[in-house]
Amino acid sequence: MSALRDRLASGEFTVTAELSPVRGASAAAMATRAESLRGWVDAVNLTDNQGSHVRMSSWAAALAAKAAGLEPIMQMTCRDRNRIALQSDLLGAVSVGIENFLFMSGDHPKFGDHPGAKPVFDLDSTQLMWAVATMRDEGKLLSGNELKPPPAGIFLGAVENPLAPPIEFRAERAGKKIAAGAQFMQTQYVFDVAAFARWVGQLGDLGLLDRCFVLAGVGVIRSARMLDFLSSGNVPGVSVPDDVQRRLRAVPAEKVGAEGAVLAAEVIAAVRGVAGVAGVHLLTAGYEKQTPALLEMAGVSRPAATARATAGAAAASDGD
Amino acid sequence: MSGVPVAVELLTTPPDAPSAWRPGPAEPRLPSPARPGLSPRLAYVMQKVLRPNPANRVLGALVERVPAVRRLFTAAEKRSKERLFGCRMCGQCALPVTGYSCPMGCPKELRNGPCGGVGPGGSCEVYPEKRCVWVVGYERAASEGRAHDLRRLQRPVDHRRFGESSWLNYWAGRDDNLWTGHDTLTDSTRPAPGEHAEPREPEEGDSQ
Repeated sequence: MSALRDRLASGEFTVTAELSPVRGASAAAMATRAESLRGWVDAVNLTDNQGSHVRMSSWAAALAAKAAGLEPIMQMTCRDRNRIALQSDLLGAVSVGIENFLFMSGDHPKFGDHPGAKPVFDLDSTQLMWAVATMRDEGKLLSGNELKPPPAGIFLGAVENPLAPPIEFRAERAGKKIAAGAQFMQTQYVFDVAAFARWVGQLGDLGLLDRCFVLAGVGVIRSARMLDFLSSGNVPGVSVPDDVQRRLRAVPAEKVGAEGAVLAAEVIAAVRGVAGVAGVHLLTAGYEKQTPALLEMAGVSRPAATARATAGAAAASDGD
Repeated sequence: MSGVPVAVELLTTPPDAPSAWRPGPAEPRLPSPARPGLSPRLAYVMQKVLRPNPANRVLGALVERVPAVRRLFTAAEKRSKERLFGCRMCGQCALPVTGYSCPMGCPKELRNGPCGGVGPGGSCEVYPEKRCVWVVGYERAASEGRAHDLRRLQRPVDHRRFGESSWLNYWAGRDDNLWTGHDTLTDSTRPAPGEHAEPREPEEGDSQ
């Protein structure tokens, strides 16, 4: 059974983090990347060719993360596979022990390293969720054919961008995914906590918070260059509010990273206070080493996890 | 040719008719958002006219009897809907429940709402100079009190039907399970997602 589900069901504040697969064919490289997160997060998302850039497949990366002692969430996008391949890959992933899945439409190939690729988008993310929930609960494929055995016990997640237009529709859009079967939902970057809290409130009004755990997406702006990039309007679904930009531009360029981390820690602490929020999802791929410090600054203490991680490190240095 | 209405006979064997539209290549590569050319109010009036009422069902059945008439009818549908909505002839029209903004113009062909990449001003992520079809659709539906339509769960597109007339499919009842009822959000029972789903029971105030 999914440890992520147990953690969320316990009511404890849950932390998940994005972990992008390597561009290469080595599980060991993947394990190294995962190492610094072990003990600090409850689960890691293995992205599916994020930004339409080719990486190791998310199922293989999920296995490597699992072997490194992390709870994997395998991401699947609708961009590269049709309904046959998606259902088949899902069955394969469940057969090798992956229990958590996250479905999304996926970035358009135009933004990636193979911009001439055929965009598939045979299903959309809601339809994929609907299909997989039906595979699990009814034991049937989209075709109606029976599965023996069905992928029992899997835990299904979706994404939403609460702050993108049409704002009025975003809670209902999340509701459609929940109706289709989503049990947890991770969001795109939250900088504007008040606007995010309004969206969570709408989910509550629709009675959706009893059916789905919400994790707020939190990112760290690590440099002036990253600030320019994220606020350029060219990153799908990301906009940096003016007050955040003003705050980060007020500090010297070399201190933007430190200020960005303080800002992220503040966001984590603030969303923790929003009723109905189950945890945070750290959109901090490539920032794994600094993640423990960020969580400590945000007051998300992990005494048991820290001890486990330290013990693990000690055992490893004892000649493993 | 006895038994075939005169008008149909004329349409079947036109002396030098404009070249009849043929299906295929039905799907232009790489969809992009189209701005609807019909006001929401007019579109919903048109919806009433196009309902599968007895007259339309009979018309549909007659048109379907003769392949050439069917082709001409389909060509006329294509021409008008292409101009008005950027129609790509998916043959399974979602316009009645999307504020008459075509979701097949979305570069990701999303049938269940916008992706997370919509720009702060409502622009499409892939074609920033155009507006997201779902932002436009939501505005149009809301302006006529129809925003709830967008809550329906849309089933996957059947790619065999590209090039077909969706009006004929609609009148013949072949579209009955394209989407679920509008109470899906609050109803915890989940209908089947597949092509073999049971047709939806007609509802009070159903937009179909």
